[in-house]
Amino acid sequence: MDVMPKWADVILIPLISILLAAMLSALVILAIGESPWAALKLMVDGALGSTYGWGYTLYYATNFIFTGLAVSVAFHARLFNIGGEGQAVLGGLGVALACLYIPWPHWSLALIGACLMAAAFGAAWAAIPAFLQAKRGSHIVITTIMFNFIAAALLNYLLIGALKVPGSMEPATATFPPATHLPSFQDMFNFGGTTFFRGAPANVTFFVAVAACVAIWALIWRTRLGYELRSFGHSESAAKYAGISPTKIIMVTMLVSGGLAGMMAINNVQGEAERLVLNAVEGAGFIGIAVALMGRSHPFGVLLAALLFGFLYQGGAELALWTSIPRELIIVIQALVILFTGALDNMVRMPLERLFLAMRRAKQ
Amino acid sequence: MDFATLLQMLDATLRLATPLLLACLAGLFSERAGIFDIGLEGKMLAAAFMSAAIAAVTGDVWLGLLAGIGASLVLSAIHGVASITFRGNQLISGVAINFLAAGLTVVVAQSWFRQGGRTPQLSGDGRFNPITLPFADAIRDVPVIGPIYFELISGHTILVYLALAMVPLTWWILYRTRFGLRLRAVGENPAAVDTAGVSVVGLRFAAIGICGVLVGIAGAYLATALQAGFVKDMSAGRGYIALAALIFAKWRPWYALYACLLFGFLQALSLRPDIITGVIGFRVNGQFLDVLPYILTVIILAGFVGKAIPPRAGGQPYVKER
Repeated sequence: MDVMPKWADVILIPLISILLAAMLSALVILAIGESPWAALKLMVDGALGSTYGWGYTLYYATNFIFTGLAVSVAFHARLFNIGGEGQAVLGGLGVALACLYIPWPHWSLALIGACLMAAAFGAAWAAIPAFLQAKRGSHIVITTIMFNFIAAALLNYLLIGALKVPGSMEPATATFPPATHLPSFQDMFNFGGTTFFRGAPANVTFFVAVAACVAIWALIWRTRLGYELRSFGHSESAAKYAGISPTKIIMVTMLVSGGLAGMMAINNVQGEAERLVLNAVEGAGFIGIAVALMGRSHPFGVLLAALLFGFLYQGGAELALWTSIPRELIIVIQALVILFTGALDNMVRMPLERLFLAMRRAKQ
Repeated sequence: MDFATLLQMLDATLRLATPLLLACLAGLFSERAGIFDIGLEGKMLAAAFMSAAIAAVTGDVWLGLLAGIGASLVLSAIHGVASITFRGNQLISGVAINFLAAGLTVVVAQSWFRQGGRTPQLSGDGRFNPITLPFADAIRDVPVIGPIYFELISGHTILVYLALAMVPLTWWILYRTRFGLRLRAVGENPAAVDTAGVSVVGLRFAAIGICGVLVGIAGAYLATALQAGFVKDMSAGRGYIALAALIFAKWRPWYALYACLLFGFLQALSLRPDIITGVIGFRVNGQFLDVLPYILTVIILAGFVGKAIPPRAGGQPYVKER
């Protein structure tokens, strides 16, 4: 029944969608009186032209891998977890508590501990909407949106209250103890005098993120749970008939999803800021949606899409620095990517399918 | 709390509830026709920017209002093409629209006005100004009724009265006209509507068109009446609160009014923490009041206070052959 070969579905359609998004973005840049070509060159130079640029690109990509995986896992069970933002906020809280109140002897132990706390907090924040969806039928999109706002307010409340440094006016926790410092790429790639990635925030968390991609791939395509999860996503009634409990699948999927979103915090909270500040997530939870859509919910696709968005983020920051194009241009590009790869998927797919059908008929 | 303060609070409630109410009714039309719209926030923001920008350039707030509605309609059209014509995911389309508006408003504002993503301050005819209802000055000194009429009922901008008038009008359209019946039917069972020979696509486009106009007015109200100009992210989650109010109201117009007044009152309260402390004797955290609408909605959604059942065909694209 497949009209198109698999490569067209996996590679061609996302590619065309991205090109459409890129073309429209270029038009936007043109409309505000800048040159798209110069802008692209600046972005490539700024994000990929030096190890410093790469350090930022990979740092952002690490965030997006986690949130992208979070959205992807939920997509496989046909759940739309729009609450990655709030879950990442709570993950940050977990990391902060782990780093501040447990005396870690070594960073590796601190990393494991922070991972667990981040995942637990993120999962807990996803658990309530998941439970309400599974047991009371409340729409998970709406509840997770609400939980994003509640998370932001909760963090705000804690950072101006219980977690604030006494005497300080800034809504932030104390700086984490030095033992929790994660090795940055600068620490790791320092060969006899030549230092790579100097001053960039990319850190060991990137490898955790790549490992998470592999783990999620294995979970979805190589385990019984993953099979159940995908069958539930394809047809709820068929899954039920096969003895798969919808409650269990919704709960487990959302716990994994929330845990992944929460784990983003080891990158931005423990790895970069080394303390918890307001708005530490910076919209990465939402970018996860674009990343998952573009990566076709496959961990490898998510990795590539996250790298692309890491490039866009770092490149966008460079643009804002050197031209009059504001940083918000990246949000426009992100919106166009979501629009074309997500909502307008059929607009690209339908003509392509017709084309492939015509080609097949011509062959016969 | 004395009588004057109470009136002040209720007055603020009305002003803050107006954008919520307009957006909520907008969402009501859309969702009753089976199109989920989480892009209310983005449309409101786009309308706020365009209305403030055009009002600032031309000095005419009515042109601004039209431009705001136009911007909102363009985003509505994108939503319609994505979710009706190409049967895409309505939620994803809504998310895209929210980001599109959040990004474009700032990019364009910076390009047009170079004031860090805001529009110039509006004044005079560039804003909707309060209108004093007839006899307000005359009966101002009558006890109780006078202040209520003068402070609370009179002295709002025309959009506030428009929003209030939209409530009975929406009710009338939905429950007393043929169009309304078909609109509700297309949100519950589009196949039946199609069988009756009425265009599902046409009805749904009409619904999101109405939605675009209403939420456009809401956005224009934000930038040209409640405040004097556009600032980055000025919708500040109001589109989502309107969605929450819509669920709270269980997709019914009169209840939408009550829900929006309640949420507007909460917003008014969080602006005046001194009053809360004065009335109940201890400090309530401002953040708590800000998120109370969301918490209440989650509780409603959980079904602890009556069940909120959305339109049955909501969120599903209609495929004729099925």
